[in-house]
Amino acid sequence: MALPIYASPLERVWHYTYIVLCALIFLFLIAPILVVIPLSFNPDADFTLGVEFLDPSTYSMRWYDTLLTLGHPAVEGAVRDDAWWSAVWERSTWVQAAKNSLWVGLWATILATTLGTIAALGLSRPEMPYRRLIMALLISPMIVPIIIIAVGMSFFYAKACVAPDSAMALIFGWMLSEKGCLANSHLGVIVAHAVLGIPFVIITVTATLSGFDQSLIRAAQSLGANPRTVFFKVIMPLILPGVISGALFAFVTSFDEVVAVLFIAGPDQQTIPRQMFNGIREAISPAILAVATILVVISVLLLATVEVLRRRSDRLRGVTGR
Amino acid sequence: MADAAEPLLTTADGRPLRAALTAAQSRAKRRAFLLVLPLLLFVLLTFLVPIIYMLMRSAEHDGFAASAPALVEWFGANPGFDPANPPEAAYAALVQDLARMQVEKTTGMAGTRINYSVPGTISLFKKGAREAADLTPPYKEALLAVDADWGKPALWRGMLSASDVYTPEFYLVASDMKLTDDGWARGQDNERIYLYLFGKTFLISALITVICLLLAFPVAHLLATLPMSKSALLMILVLLPFWTSLLVRTTAWIVLLQEQGVVNNLLVSVGLIDDDGRLSMMYNMTGTIVAMTHVLLPFMILPLYSVMRVIPPSYARAARSLGATSWTTFRRVYLPQTLPGIAAGSLLVFILAVGYYITPALVGGADGQLISNLISFHMTKSNWSLAAAIAAMLLAAILLLYWVYDRLIGIDRLKFG
Repeated sequence: MALPIYASPLERVWHYTYIVLCALIFLFLIAPILVVIPLSFNPDADFTLGVEFLDPSTYSMRWYDTLLTLGHPAVEGAVRDDAWWSAVWERSTWVQAAKNSLWVGLWATILATTLGTIAALGLSRPEMPYRRLIMALLISPMIVPIIIIAVGMSFFYAKACVAPDSAMALIFGWMLSEKGCLANSHLGVIVAHAVLGIPFVIITVTATLSGFDQSLIRAAQSLGANPRTVFFKVIMPLILPGVISGALFAFVTSFDEVVAVLFIAGPDQQTIPRQMFNGIREAISPAILAVATILVVISVLLLATVEVLRRRSDRLRGVTGR
Repeated sequence: MADAAEPLLTTADGRPLRAALTAAQSRAKRRAFLLVLPLLLFVLLTFLVPIIYMLMRSAEHDGFAASAPALVEWFGANPGFDPANPPEAAYAALVQDLARMQVEKTTGMAGTRINYSVPGTISLFKKGAREAADLTPPYKEALLAVDADWGKPALWRGMLSASDVYTPEFYLVASDMKLTDDGWARGQDNERIYLYLFGKTFLISALITVICLLLAFPVAHLLATLPMSKSALLMILVLLPFWTSLLVRTTAWIVLLQEQGVVNNLLVSVGLIDDDGRLSMMYNMTGTIVAMTHVLLPFMILPLYSVMRVIPPSYARAARSLGATSWTTFRRVYLPQTLPGIAAGSLLVFILAVGYYITPALVGGADGQLISNLISFHMTKSNWSLAAAIAAMLLAAILLLYWVYDRLIGIDRLKFG
């Protein structure tokens, strides 16, 4: 935005103040995220440094190493053979947390994306009854404070149990806790995270569908396509970018969620955010910063994917520019 | 009449058109609804039912009713008794129940239930239960000899109220009411912790909303007026924090702002502050406000940006050419057009701020806690009904705001990026 030539001197001063102001706000947004990265390579346990942490010659991978070794009795300087790595894979606290996070996130995403996409198809039909009310309900997990959701779930999931030796226990038992309840089980965390991810799927997929030309469906049908062919050959390719964006949102929501996990999960469902939450509560060890750095890298990758998808979706819908 | 003479419009197979159309429409409605149904059931079962269950828990507690059957029965038979002077029969029932509690080890449970409305009751119950088996009639004098507090009208009112499993008591307690000898009354000013924290939460949320608006407005304006290629680049700076883990951002602020943190270290090494004059910006309200502002800022920038983007620049130029100063142009022409974005962003940020939990819990210290943290505190102390009552009150406030948001902006207008 160039300054018009009729601008007065005062306006010029204001214009440059405004640019500097914006730069400072951008710095406020991004600096905290960037500052974590160099600090995670700092070898000292207490990072009481001034600006020295910016000196790359002192960098070490010490805290990244801690992530592998924490939680299993690795001898200092032990040979890193296959046995050592399999011990890391089986016993390291952070590796276990990562495995749990990925597992829960994956299933929560699949659940939220499948149910959410099908529902979005119904919601974006003009003849959908009670559209506004149902939409409000489906978006509400994003609006209702997470602590309220977590409290409700911790009460209810502790009571949501199957009787031992019943048919339900035979089918679902392996996903539930030892007592056969949703609380303290992987399934409990998965459904909780799926609910939290659903608003994002609904919002992104209905947004993609808002530009969707409904006559394409009729065209396909008139050419003799059955509903399945219409869905997979006509609708899906066009809304896929929105679906993937929604899925990524749902995954990030689960991958970053800690409150529901704190309230409904047991010791077997230790996730990365929970581990971080506990770590931050005690005292910030630079190992937390190493995790944070890894998470920042992941979010950069996810952001890039979503941006690419969004542009592709805009192009498919014929939206030029933004 | 002329209408009746007109031939009825029919479909090709002879059905009246109106009926065929109605049938087709209701079929389409059913189909659309069937698509939504699986998700609806899933959300009902895993989300709505737990919240309804929580609301039920907020008005239900059987800690006393279950462990004092004799007194409950006596209350049932004598509903109109005078709490200031209960008769011997009531004391007899109470002593019988206390002895039973000692055997069944339910003293703590019963005492805790009464303790919500009449503080200091747990120890009274424990002491009473220990002695109950050895007491002899007349029980009134015997029990009052153990502790004169057993004669307090407030206690008897509390036990009468607790003898019913269903009670509005937790809402009263969460509104800073307490049971006195004459019935429920407002607590003293220094005891009003719940409403105080509600008020504080709303004030802090409003403050954060205003700060976010002030910071977001120039940035959104810049993004909306820059050419596409440049604004897309700068947009990444807004979206990256949005995509970064909340815990990472909170960690980052702790690292930056704590006493031995980056900002303090820089200020000391530059010489702006002394080593022992380090600013305390973390583990207090300042920390909560700074970190929450950072977390919620993208939620203000994105709606503002999407509104500003479609404001035609020609309006401002027209105003200028008609002689308006740049300030007047901004105030009378530009600002009114951004109002939908301001409303959407502010409401969203405010709603999210009111229910915030993680950031205050991690960086708030003692005075930076909000209402969500109080709910969590009572959950960890096993005060489940009280936690549920506070949560229900917070939920009511949020739903009201949500309804306003839906009326004003419409939830289907929510978008990310």
